[in-house]
Amino acid sequence: MHLADAAPVLGQVEIRDRSEASCISENKLCPGWIVDNFDRYTDPLAQHLYLTVTSVVIGFVIAFALALIARRRRWLVGPIVGFTGVLYTLPSLAVFFLLLPITGRGSTTAIIALTAYTLQIIFRNIVLGLQNVPEEARDAGRGVGLTDRQLLWRVELPLAIPDIVAGLRIATTSTVGLATLAVFAGAGGLGEQIISGSNITFKTGVVAAGGLAVLLAFALDVILLGVQRVLTPWRRVQPA
Amino acid sequence: MAGDASSTSRTSASSVEYRNVVKRYPGQAEPAISDLSLTVPAGEICVLVGPSGCGKTTALRLANRMIELTQGDILIDGTSIKSRAAAELRRGIGYVIQQIGLFPHLTIGENVGVVPKLLGWDRKRIDARVDELLELTSLGSELRDRYPAQLSGGQRQRVGVARALAADPPLMLMDEPFGAVDPINRERLQNQFLRLQSEIRKTILFVTHDIDEAIKMGDRVAVLRKGGVLAQYATPEELLMSPADEFVEDFVGADRALKRLSLLRVRDIDLWKAPLVRVGEPTARARAAIAEADLPYPIVVDAGGRPLGWMSERDLARETVPDRPDTAPDPILELEDVLRDALSDLLRSDTQYGPVVDGNGAVVGVLSVEIISEFLNSPEATMHLTPAAERA
Repeated sequence: MHLADAAPVLGQVEIRDRSEASCISENKLCPGWIVDNFDRYTDPLAQHLYLTVTSVVIGFVIAFALALIARRRRWLVGPIVGFTGVLYTLPSLAVFFLLLPITGRGSTTAIIALTAYTLQIIFRNIVLGLQNVPEEARDAGRGVGLTDRQLLWRVELPLAIPDIVAGLRIATTSTVGLATLAVFAGAGGLGEQIISGSNITFKTGVVAAGGLAVLLAFALDVILLGVQRVLTPWRRVQPA
Repeated sequence: MAGDASSTSRTSASSVEYRNVVKRYPGQAEPAISDLSLTVPAGEICVLVGPSGCGKTTALRLANRMIELTQGDILIDGTSIKSRAAAELRRGIGYVIQQIGLFPHLTIGENVGVVPKLLGWDRKRIDARVDELLELTSLGSELRDRYPAQLSGGQRQRVGVARALAADPPLMLMDEPFGAVDPINRERLQNQFLRLQSEIRKTILFVTHDIDEAIKMGDRVAVLRKGGVLAQYATPEELLMSPADEFVEDFVGADRALKRLSLLRVRDIDLWKAPLVRVGEPTARARAAIAEADLPYPIVVDAGGRPLGWMSERDLARETVPDRPDTAPDPILELEDVLRDALSDLLRSDTQYGPVVDGNGAVVGVLSVEIISEFLNSPEATMHLTPAAERA
């Protein structure tokens, strides 16, 4: 090293910078770069969280309404599963590009598409949860004089919570993954850092953004699991 | 009895009248219930019994409109069940089903308090009522914060009864309430329930497929045949003594004499005099006791007269009466036991006899298989019949 006779501190900095520069130019995995450039991930992470949570919440509201309709008219379950299943199979990139002329670039387009993908899994799980309510609990509920609405809110839905949350967990995790494509709809998110212009093959950036997406999915999953535990204390008791 | 309102658990009971009730399901040629008419007086247990497919459960569920009538009417205290909204009607009728149907996500206290809450009682009144019912059904108020999954089958069954009684309904519908409980516990729960009924005196419609249970539990028994046709409606005694036709006779079974034992309690027949000796007495006293008694084995009792065991030949060879005699006093029968249950206890045990104790646990005599079989052959067997609620 030609700087070997410079002050030791300066030399270390120089060496680190040089090795990082070479790490980047050689497109290796460079943890130092991630630490130095963490700032550029905070906004995309926040956008990503926003896209995910908004899509799952809207998806839940729509799927919940559909499930309540299908609870009274059981013949609707098949057609709704079929329709949301078709939505689920549409290639997401194609959906973004089809929506762009209608809703324009931005988070609206992304949220519409991401919401559509959550419907199938959430709807199926709500229907499943309501089906799994023990028939004798339903019979006893009617027998003691609960109206149909009271039966739904006081007996059926509380007992369906585990299945409903299971659906929300899968939907949330997969939405975090899908939302990395929201960048093609101009909605930002961590995808921006994975596929950003000339950096499309920048390995360190891809790993950093991907890693954050995984952590986000994991964190949201843990939160949902915690919510379920708080809402279902009867599932944690020791059976007789 | 029905007018005695001194306690909250002893308010009024309603009469129930089925008037030409018909239930026909769409697409079925034969009606499930054909022209069923019967009247249950207030405060009595009416058991609906019959082979499977006879419509007994349908008949029961018509009363709280879980199933809607096709024709005819059901009157509770003279008022048609059709005059009120179904959910509102049901809040005034206790409902107990075989699968119990406790709400798994609610605590025992919340399960029992569900109807009072629907009726808009305030929190304090609900809490007090829940505690009262948990005591009444011998569950204990320490169970109130547990969940159904933490209870045994028998406990859950009693919670089901407590829930049905919560708003003090004048009428209870019970669909095979003891059907999912094992035979030993069933006998205990039946007895507990009859004891409870002797206090609360509700009008009860009770469905079972088990004729023995019908005879034990019912003040009146309605035997139904296929298509919901009423074959006979009578007291258990009449049913056993004079079945209306061949169908009822077959259904009641060939062992009618034996079944009569369900209508009697141990105290209704003459027991053997027991040779009693106390711990520490000289064995000579035991031999003297045998001489005066009806059987040759002395029973060792403690200071309170409670049985400790039978003395064997080896025990008799000692100087004094031991505090741990060779043979355990098993079974111990109670004066209030139903005779049929006592007989099965005796048949299950090694000895063909057992000490009978009073309410304090003190020995008052000995019951044996021999006494029961002699009794069955005597004309007395048809007497001493007791109403169901006093039978437990």
